[in-house]
Amino acid sequence: MSHTASGDSLRVEGVTLRYSRATHPALEDVSIGLDRGSLCALVGPNGAGKSTLMKVIMGVERPQRGSVSFDGHDSARARRLGLVGYVPQRDVSDEGFPLSVEDVVMLGRYGRIGPLRGPSRADHAAVDEAIERVGLQDLRHRPIASLSGGQTKRMYVARALAQQARFMLMDEPFAGVDKSSEATLASLMRELSGEGITLLVAVHDLHMVAEEFDQVILLRRSVVFQGPAHEALRPEMLARAFSVDDHRARELVA
Amino acid sequence: MLDLLSFAFMQRAIVTGLATALVCGVISCYVIHVGWSLMGDAISHAVLPGVVVSYMLGLPYAVGAVVAALLAVALIGVVRRSGQIRADTSMGIVFTTLFSLGTVLISKVPSQVSLSHILFGNLLGVGVPDMHQVIVLASVVLAVLLMLKRDLVLFAFDPMHAQALGKSPQLLSGVLLGALAVTVVVSLQAVGIILSVAMLVTPGATARMLTDSFWKMLWLSPLVAAIATVLGIWASYVLDASSGGMIGVVLGLLFALACVFGPHGLIVELRHRGSLV
Repeated sequence: MSHTASGDSLRVEGVTLRYSRATHPALEDVSIGLDRGSLCALVGPNGAGKSTLMKVIMGVERPQRGSVSFDGHDSARARRLGLVGYVPQRDVSDEGFPLSVEDVVMLGRYGRIGPLRGPSRADHAAVDEAIERVGLQDLRHRPIASLSGGQTKRMYVARALAQQARFMLMDEPFAGVDKSSEATLASLMRELSGEGITLLVAVHDLHMVAEEFDQVILLRRSVVFQGPAHEALRPEMLARAFSVDDHRARELVA
Repeated sequence: MLDLLSFAFMQRAIVTGLATALVCGVISCYVIHVGWSLMGDAISHAVLPGVVVSYMLGLPYAVGAVVAALLAVALIGVVRRSGQIRADTSMGIVFTTLFSLGTVLISKVPSQVSLSHILFGNLLGVGVPDMHQVIVLASVVLAVLLMLKRDLVLFAFDPMHAQALGKSPQLLSGVLLGALAVTVVVSLQAVGIILSVAMLVTPGATARMLTDSFWKMLWLSPLVAAIATVLGIWASYVLDASSGGMIGVVLGLLFALACVFGPHGLIVELRHRGSLV
């Protein structure tokens, strides 16, 4: 099934990153491996290095040691091939950028459109398909400022789909999203995982982790645990990741 | 109005003004969304010593101006990275220092440079060599902006996504800054150092009031700038008033009109409220 000898499709190996003025490294010897089609939550307390790890995987931050690969390609090549989709946390609605839903989804095609020509028929077809896939066809001409939190997240998923990304990095997709959109989004993520897209999702809400994810990475500067969700959410495991006592850890998932 | 076009000085003013309007109008769409208005203002002030030195050495004014503009951009970056200083503070330090240096140079060096022309522009007195410099620089910047329009939208809208597609947000930011620096130099003849930011900000903001599509903004904004420039030149001739000042005033009026009558404007808003009552 997998292209790589190791069987892992997203690999992070021995990543250590220390910011220039920091006393401790933000990430220390972090290694993770995700199989193709994994639906994996990235969980940890604030300041545990979740967003730093996301930035390393995206190639924004360069670690002092270690490497990242996607399907055996190094990070830069994988990104140029359009394999890496990104679903940001930020809410663009108040920034007033004048783009429609369709425009934003088309941004996913920009790696393929040369400087001297416009979007091709294939580009438009990919955009149409992606928009339908996430159920935003009725809103496709709307300015993005008019979207709800959940619709915005679905739009970004569509952008990654139009890009034909095989990996999706999602930063707190359930933040600022109402209950029904949460369910829509979660089932969409499950479908994509079923199609072999590998999803790594930073998640705050441990109830969502328990309900919607197969795999969990507990991060606290280093990887505390990587494995099935039900094991990761055991109180003694959470106690280690969040440095709280067992009692408080039980409350986190209660 | 049309018979004015038979004057050579008027033709030069219109051609120079329109070249300026096109490039300022296009970059304006990016500047207002990336939030670089203050940056544009800083670069324009920092250009002064470069212009004076150019005149002293007998070089085309644009050479010194472009060098000073790029130097200012680099210095602002260095000052910001070197310490615990906010971006707006480092801009403030760099542009006031360079602008001061320029005023000192003008006061000490005997030259034909008219400070008021550098500060407020002098379209009706623009010479052939200056017009040529504006046309060349404006064409280069326009070509770069149009070639890279999609990458620049990626960068302006979501730098992380640009990164995800294997582009370099740092590089795109550098290209846009460089284009901004040269655009500022282009705008000197038309509106001068002080009013440069009017050309960099108001056309884009006016276009934004008229549409929710960035792609429509990209032609509406230069159109707004062009209308303001032509009307400004005409009014300046008829009223015998400062051309740069007139262009700035017309730009402001067009923005006000867009705010009142545009699709997001006051009138639509009031009607909408009325219909809800």
